[in-house]
Amino acid sequence: MVNNQPKISVENLRLSYGHREVLHGLSFSVAPKEILGVIGPAQSGKTSLLRCLNRTIDFVSNAFVSGSIRIDGEDVLRTSDVHTLRRKVGMVSPLPVGLPLSVYDNVAFAPRCAGIKNRDELDARVERCLRQAALWDEVKDRLHTLGTKLSGGQQQRLTIARALSHDPEILCLDEFSIAIDPVTTMRIEDVLKELKSHMTILLVTNLVQQARRLADRTMFLWNGEIVELDRTEAIFSNQPRDKRTYDYIHGLFG
Amino acid sequence: MSASPFTVTPLVRRNMRRELAARIVLGAMVAAMVLPLLAIIAYLVAKGAPLISLKFLTTNPTHGMREGGIWSALLGTIYLVVIALAVSAPIGVLCAVYLNEYAKDNWLTRIINLAVVNLAGVPSIVHALFGLGAFVLFAGIGRSILAASLTLAIMTLPVIIASTKEALAAVPMSFREACWNVGASRWQTIWSIVLPNSLSGILTGVILQVSRTAGETAPIMFTGAVFFKKIQPGTLFAYSLTDQCMALSMHLYTVTTQVTNAPEPLPYAIALVLLGAVLAVNAASIIVRSLLRSRKKW
Ligand SMILES: Nc1ncnc2c1ncn2[C@@H]1O[C@H](COP(=O)(O)OP(=O)(O)O)[C@@H](O)[C@H]1O
Ligand SMILES: [Mg+2]
Repeated sequence: MVNNQPKISVENLRLSYGHREVLHGLSFSVAPKEILGVIGPAQSGKTSLLRCLNRTIDFVSNAFVSGSIRIDGEDVLRTSDVHTLRRKVGMVSPLPVGLPLSVYDNVAFAPRCAGIKNRDELDARVERCLRQAALWDEVKDRLHTLGTKLSGGQQQRLTIARALSHDPEILCLDEFSIAIDPVTTMRIEDVLKELKSHMTILLVTNLVQQARRLADRTMFLWNGEIVELDRTEAIFSNQPRDKRTYDYIHGLFG
Repeated sequence: MSASPFTVTPLVRRNMRRELAARIVLGAMVAAMVLPLLAIIAYLVAKGAPLISLKFLTTNPTHGMREGGIWSALLGTIYLVVIALAVSAPIGVLCAVYLNEYAKDNWLTRIINLAVVNLAGVPSIVHALFGLGAFVLFAGIGRSILAASLTLAIMTLPVIIASTKEALAAVPMSFREACWNVGASRWQTIWSIVLPNSLSGILTGVILQVSRTAGETAPIMFTGAVFFKKIQPGTLFAYSLTDQCMALSMHLYTVTTQVTNAPEPLPYAIALVLLGAVLAVNAASIIVRSLLRSRKKW
């Protein structure tokens, strides 16, 4: 593990919106096929961090990023091919978004944008991704109904299927369980355990216990700073290195 | 008995009175709006309908516009509207796409947006003068259907931009973000998600401009419309772009104010045709919208 090149390495990452800095120089790295849990109170910059990783921060006109992010050694902030980058980094947003297209087209959307036209290849990919997202059995008979007409939990799995449809090497999940029921949450957690065998996962979560269940290492982000980043057992032990971590995990915060 | 939960207390009675008063006042306002409209239509129909026939629509005016039909004016209006919108709709829609989807939120964009809103409120006579200066004189097109249509196009452009922007903004931001997240470019996102789902709003905005364009007199009076012109009946290609033309709105103005001894029903018949055409187009827009709405996707 030690001599492996990290999948993601972030150095002194700073982000400001206008004149307000919200990420104050983050440095960390993520190993290949690791699940890194990111916990922290609302507004601490978790979503902003993910948006830097796939460069969707570009769409916020007053955002300014400095520092460096490398994925497989390649400089993310300076790459000119953001579309390929975004295919490499799958992103699942907090609220499920079924695009106003059929279930099939929702999943085939990204491959089509990437130029895949072959019908058989698309069929195979759609089925594989829906299976990976534990949704196939529920929708296989109605692939041509609208994705927006599925239930919330199904739409969130559809979102995950879409994030997998462009073969990402990294999967970022941003509080994916915020709008879905506990049963679906557990199903998706099982999905993540399977996916771990072939991709790196960044799991931003509002449920600290979710990080405890899934993450290899956990980062506690607070007000745009990394308070602590350690093996998950250490973070959740009775003596994390920082008292704020203990307070946050045990709900004593603020 | 006295403790019935449904006793009518003074408070309840007062609320009922207010409710009744509100109904009456608000209903009266609706009546005040609907009745004049119905009255206008009824009046026009009563006065003008006897004159309307296929022959009236398809023959040129004769005898100093006192007899004959309105063919050259009707066809002129169709030319002006179609050409004006053929120019302003694509430009306006693409401008709106740029402003809403591509433009960064900076001072320049804000100035442009402000300009669009304000241009939409400029009186048509001002557009008329601009058209005269820019197209007829400066560009040397001369008074013609082309110059008049371009003037009308300039007049409708800001409204089309504004209504299209509104339709685009009604597509939730989360759809765009979902597309960007999977590596779709801006254009792929616009083409496959944003435009298909704002089409009904965009079309409605454009079609509403048909009636506005058909009804305007000022912008065409200086730039290409004439009091009288005879054209070949029975063909839709009777005008060419460099011709001057008659138009319904202007023809109505002419027969009411410039022609002495015009038969009394004539202006009403012209107004009825204009109104009928406008209502037909608006009805078409409602049908298109409800067809697209019934396929609403979220
Ligand atoms: N588009 C934006 N423009 C300006 N400020 C923003 C924007 N997005 C987020 N912020 C601010 O950045 C900080 C971090 O937000 P965010 O990354 O959403 O935190 P989290 O996901 O941890 O709740 C917050 O204070 C928030 O108000
Ligand atoms: Mg967030």
